[in-house]
Amino acid sequence: MSAATPQTPAGKSPEGAPEHLTHAAGASVTMPPRGPEEQPRGPVIRPGRPVDQSEAAKRFMAAPQHLAMHDQRLWDLRQKRDRQMHGIEEWEELRQLASDIKMHTLTHLDQYLEKFERNALANGVKVHWAKDAGEHNAIVVDIMRARGAKRLIKSKSMLTEECGFREYAAEHGVEVIETDLGERIQQLDDEAPSHVVVPSVHKLRTDVAAVFARTLGTDPDNADAGYLAEQQRETTRPLILSADAGMTGCNFAVAETGSVVVCTNEGNADLSANTTGLHIVSMGIEKLIPKLENLAVFVRLLSRSALGSPITQYTSHFRGPRMGGEMHIVLVDNGRTDRLGMEQFWTSLKCIRCGACMNTCPVFRRSGGLSYGATYAGPIGLIIDPTFNRHKYSTLPFASTMNGSCTNVCPVKINIHEQIAGWRKVLSENHEIPAFKKNMMKAAGAILSSPRLYRASLPLADSALRHLPRFIIYNRMNTWTRGREMPHTPRETFHQWYKRERGKDGKKGKGSNPSAKTGGDAS
Amino acid sequence: MRVGLFVPCYVDAFHPEVGQATLELLERFGLDVDYPFDQTCCGQPMTNTGCHEESRATEELFVKNFSEYDYIVAPSGSCVNQVRRNFTALEQTEEVTAVRAKTFELVEFLHDILKVDAFPWAEFPHKVALHNNCNALRGLSIASMSELRNERFSKPKDLLGKVRGLEFVDIARPDECCGFGGTFSVFEEGISSRMGQDKARDQARSGADYVTSSDSSCLMHQEGCARRLQLGQKYIHISQILNGSRA
Repeated sequence: MSAATPQTPAGKSPEGAPEHLTHAAGASVTMPPRGPEEQPRGPVIRPGRPVDQSEAAKRFMAAPQHLAMHDQRLWDLRQKRDRQMHGIEEWEELRQLASDIKMHTLTHLDQYLEKFERNALANGVKVHWAKDAGEHNAIVVDIMRARGAKRLIKSKSMLTEECGFREYAAEHGVEVIETDLGERIQQLDDEAPSHVVVPSVHKLRTDVAAVFARTLGTDPDNADAGYLAEQQRETTRPLILSADAGMTGCNFAVAETGSVVVCTNEGNADLSANTTGLHIVSMGIEKLIPKLENLAVFVRLLSRSALGSPITQYTSHFRGPRMGGEMHIVLVDNGRTDRLGMEQFWTSLKCIRCGACMNTCPVFRRSGGLSYGATYAGPIGLIIDPTFNRHKYSTLPFASTMNGSCTNVCPVKINIHEQIAGWRKVLSENHEIPAFKKNMMKAAGAILSSPRLYRASLPLADSALRHLPRFIIYNRMNTWTRGREMPHTPRETFHQWYKRERGKDGKKGKGSNPSAKTGGDAS
Repeated sequence: MRVGLFVPCYVDAFHPEVGQATLELLERFGLDVDYPFDQTCCGQPMTNTGCHEESRATEELFVKNFSEYDYIVAPSGSCVNQVRRNFTALEQTEEVTAVRAKTFELVEFLHDILKVDAFPWAEFPHKVALHNNCNALRGLSIASMSELRNERFSKPKDLLGKVRGLEFVDIARPDECCGFGGTFSVFEEGISSRMGQDKARDQARSGADYVTSSDSSCLMHQEGCARRLQLGQKYIHISQILNGSRA
């Protein structure tokens, strides 16, 4: 779940009263107390247009309290993850093993899927196959309708987000109640999760207080975490207890046993699965692992990578229906077999949705998960989202410095930053990057491949700043100075210096005793 | 040993003193260093943007300029990473793969090839924070990475440790990207600047007088951010310190 970090505006106590009498507080005209900072929302999605991640990121960065909390909270998770890693001597071997198991499973997926289905059927589970989101949604709603079920309690599942299940269910008369606290907050706010593990991590406690005040009738001025959690529990429990069906996602599906494993910290998967007699599991076909013993590898890696805790509070195994009940598993493709066929990108299917790449990503921490306008945000999102809709998500692979930290923290060793670079190439070749960028790069390529044109583009030292940008970035260099100063202009280029000092053949002055002076000018 | 000096385009235009220091430093070790006159760029702006085809001619020019040398050395991990790992737009002839394999970033060249054990001329009596460019760090492995459980090492620290009077200071998030990211710095200037400003604040809090790196591109960006925030630390390329710059 996502516990928003307590936030206290500078100089204020948690109750909002000045901690001490400041100069301003002693003045004759006191400043009105500042209200809580409004939560930045995700990008406006325009049909047929690529998501404008930069625009949404800028709005997130313009909210200093949200930005500071988000960056610090996720950086804390990264540091906790590092500490857990140092506690396990065989960490790197575990990552390799996890990657190998996933690679093996994905390259024999057909066999393991059939094996899983056979064993699940033998356990008394009903197995359904859904080729896309629409089929998944229809299957689930049909199961419920056939049994007269109206209210569905569910634990967190990125797959159901991917399928747009909540909207579909609402349109078809099924009431969905999220049982994960963070996910419930997002549901009440009618907003997508911003992170695969901590879905409301972008919200301050004051944001949650505002959502609960609006939807649950709580005190809008009380942002105490205990109070908010208790209110949510009081209002949601009756709905849970009167539900007709329960749904869980799936972290791992074991082929040899036909069982599914769900990892939570709130125990809400058990709540969702066991409160009613009808348990529906939604799982992507890439969730398979061959054997139960393989699970040990992933359980050791998952929570350490995600939250920096040794293990999730609950690791729940579901093997068959309760006595007198029913259990259904919906195996969903929704683009996964297509992805499996993509030579450069198929290993993204190894992902176990731990979110470590998001926590470490400096861009994600500063732009918020909503800014990506996609089910999967952050580094893993940059390489998965374009497989769903290349045009819509064509800007996302550019929301990265390709620094590679994501690849290093990934517990299943997906080469995320290399796949980001791979997507940029694919997008460029398929005319999915803006024309000005493409033209700029064509011009840059023409100038940089010609010594004559290159030299001509920086003819005079004092105008280098005006001319140099033309070959790197044309007149876009003007954006440089919004948050930074321009570099100082040197009197001459290195090339000019060399020609003057050493001559064109490099013989002049060569081998002369080098002085320290040329090392002297610190920028 | 014949060494071809590659001076990246932004060093040529914005930081000629880094090219000069690199040249002089290599010459101090008795190397025969050439600066091929027709050199331009490594092609990274195009490749980085996904435009590999647009980068091909620039890559070909690089190979043409440098194929005759025993080693090609550049004061930039980012450009060397481009040559060594991403020079894929052109046909991989024997000449091309040879050039790719013998192109070295200055720090790794000094550390791994020359195995330099002393810089007797170097003295830098200041508190210094080290910044490793992400391509140099995670691409070329010039130091161990905080995300991995491997033995700790740092080639730039090994070299700087031989400089008299130099005192290292640690920053809170040493491996965090500074946000330069090549064309990212221009196309995504908002996030880029914010990351750079956060990096500069982290460096200021560490008490560093100077920040050094083997990449001028990161330094150029960070220096611009620090100056905007009116922070006091100064920025200097590692070649300048190793070549004997005092300040």
